Amino acid sequence: MGDIKPGYIRQIDLKRGVVDMGHGSGGRAMAQLIEELFAAALSNDYLAQGNDGALLPPAAGRLVMATDSHVVSPLFFPGGDIGCLAVHGTINDVAVMGARPLYLAASFILESGFPLADLKRIVDSMARAAREAGIPIVTGDTKVVEQGKGDGVFITTTGVGVVADGLTLSGDRARPGDAVLLSGTIGDHGMAIMSQRENLSFEAPIESDTAALHGLIADMLVTGADIRLMRDPTRGGLAATLNEIASQSSVGIQLEEAAIPVKPAVEAVCELLGLDPLNVANEGKLIAVCAMGDAERLLGVMRAHPLGKQAALIGQVIEDRRGFVQMKTRFGGRRMVDWLSGEQLPRIC
Amino acid sequence: MKYVDEFRDGDLARTIAANIAGEVRPEQRYYLMEFCGGHTHAISRYGLVDLLPSAVRLIHGPGCPVCVLPIGRVDQAIRLALEHEVTLCTYGDCLRVPASGGLSLLKAKARGADVRMVYSTLDALKLAQTQPQRQVVFFAIGFETTTPPTAVALRQAWALGLNNFSVLCNHVLTPAAMHAILADQGGARLGGFIGPAHVSTVIGSRPYEPFAHDYGKPVVIAGFEPLDVMQAILMLVRQINAGRAEVENEFTRAVSRDGNLKAQALVDEVFELRGRFEWRGLGSIAQSALKLRPAYAGFDAELRFGLEDKPVADNKACECGAILRGEKRPQDCKIFGNVCTPENPVGACMVSSEGACAAHYTYGRFKDAVRVA
Ligand code: SF4
Repeated sequence: MGDIKPGYIRQIDLKRGVVDMGHGSGGRAMAQLIEELFAAALSNDYLAQGNDGALLPPAAGRLVMATDSHVVSPLFFPGGDIGCLAVHGTINDVAVMGARPLYLAASFILESGFPLADLKRIVDSMARAAREAGIPIVTGDTKVVEQGKGDGVFITTTGVGVVADGLTLSGDRARPGDAVLLSGTIGDHGMAIMSQRENLSFEAPIESDTAALHGLIADMLVTGADIRLMRDPTRGGLAATLNEIASQSSVGIQLEEAAIPVKPAVEAVCELLGLDPLNVANEGKLIAVCAMGDAERLLGVMRAHPLGKQAALIGQVIEDRRGFVQMKTRFGGRRMVDWLSGEQLPRIC
Repeated sequence: MKYVDEFRDGDLARTIAANIAGEVRPEQRYYLMEFCGGHTHAISRYGLVDLLPSAVRLIHGPGCPVCVLPIGRVDQAIRLALEHEVTLCTYGDCLRVPASGGLSLLKAKARGADVRMVYSTLDALKLAQTQPQRQVVFFAIGFETTTPPTAVALRQAWALGLNNFSVLCNHVLTPAAMHAILADQGGARLGGFIGPAHVSTVIGSRPYEPFAHDYGKPVVIAGFEPLDVMQAILMLVRQINAGRAEVENEFTRAVSRDGNLKAQALVDEVFELRGRFEWRGLGSIAQSALKLRPAYAGFDAELRFGLEDKPVADNKACECGAILRGEKRPQDCKIFGNVCTPENPVGACMVSSEGACAAHYTYGRFKDAVRVA
């Protein structure tokens, strides 16, 4: 691009312009969008290589790779937007594998007619999230679809990380007697989105918890505690994630409702909409299953980190080959915590 | 926010539970029917059965609107959408109710029928206004709580002179179903009723008085919070022990003896009693449902499209009928959880989260005998 004199090109109009089919056609308009909007915000040495892929140095250890597509609506919500969400989500997917995230890739599907000003806000937010996390977006792609065939912006991010020798976290490692830890309140992200969508207004809006968890996870790993697995309970909420673990490990899980932190505002909106916070998405929380003997120590470390202040022991793994998750309710009764069935919750992550 | 916590306090629940346990007579059986699906859901979701002594058994009643909707009526709605090519609007829960020929409204939609989920009757009305060239039918279901909004929509349609809006009316009446249950032989076993919360805010507590006076069954109207339910059970146990049969109101914060007179007048202006209506599980019950008054006949989808009412038998394996009558429990159905699941409901009790089978599947099935896949 260096040989085109900027003076001879009309700069793209980031205030009033919109995405059009030309921005995805491989022509000059696309090059310009990438240069002036994406590269300008995300700049790093790998992206600056300007090739079809990023050439990366050898990694020290086993690689972990994860990918995640983001289709949230609305694109901007209290506490975040689709941009930082796309960065955090993939960092977390890599990090809960016990890996140190190294690089991200980002791929955009833009709907023709989408305001460039909004796109810039989103890309700037991604850049900020990546910078704060210390993980560069090293390569990317953009496609444009006709109006009506997308929902503004879809973003897919892919992440790569390395995992230390001897460490294997996996969903099939939970054993009866293990402790189930949760890093904080549940349902914040999903309810932040839903309350926007349902036009429910509150004195203080519910904010999404979107955050990158690799720092917290690194602190947890250094303790050397016997962590069997970690997960971030996103879509489907705590209930879906625990059911996955139970069925992967062929064990049951017994939860204590009173121990599960839920913000009063989240609880109130759930009540209003007939939802269960256990089924609602989180974007900055993790579940760790560890040896019961290490639980207290691990909780201490989690609570010392800003993203784990409300960490709690919420239950334990029990023997049950059917893989059922059950819960002692605040009333002392027992019930099952099942997957969500059928209900079409709108797009949230 | 305060509201939620106040009525869900665990310690209070344990105190009430201890009182119930202290007052039941061990030799006596207390069969109590919670009429409403809202109560069924609360009981399952909070695991209240675990707090009750074994002498108290809760029987899930038929107060779940989609559960009592007979197949034949859903078939009518599907025919309207597929053959008469109308825009059919209804509440979300109705979409998945299984009908004849393996169809449901959702499956009809996949075949190209114009089926829309609406949150209120007024959404359907708006749709009729925005597409005047198309017939819009609102598939109306529910007990006394959903009837007034349907009446409002019909009044508005009348005022606007809309000729492309009509209602396929399936509104049913709570007291009529309770009569039917008591008239049935199984009814004798019932010790009393936990009366509906929201329905009673509309109709008041007076319509339950015959159950106490004529049948000798105590009725305690209760809110939907778990503590309301526990308190109502305690009140029923006390009435039974004292040999009393009265209508008591645990839910005084919302229910009066007369109910909401304005809503009742509105309903009365638009609707009249139907001669008979088919209930899934309970059969045909006289004067148990509503239809549009002659003045509103122009908005009656049954008349406008000449729909005939063909009763259709339920799936043979489905025990919904016996469950709605309180004779069987969901886990007694042979296809519970293996063929019939919330993802693929065979019977209507598995469709709504208020249905007895869905509630047991979602919250209670871990207590059943171990079945390892
Ligand atoms: S499990 Fe399904 S088929 Fe059996 S009674 Fe319940 S709804 Fe009917």
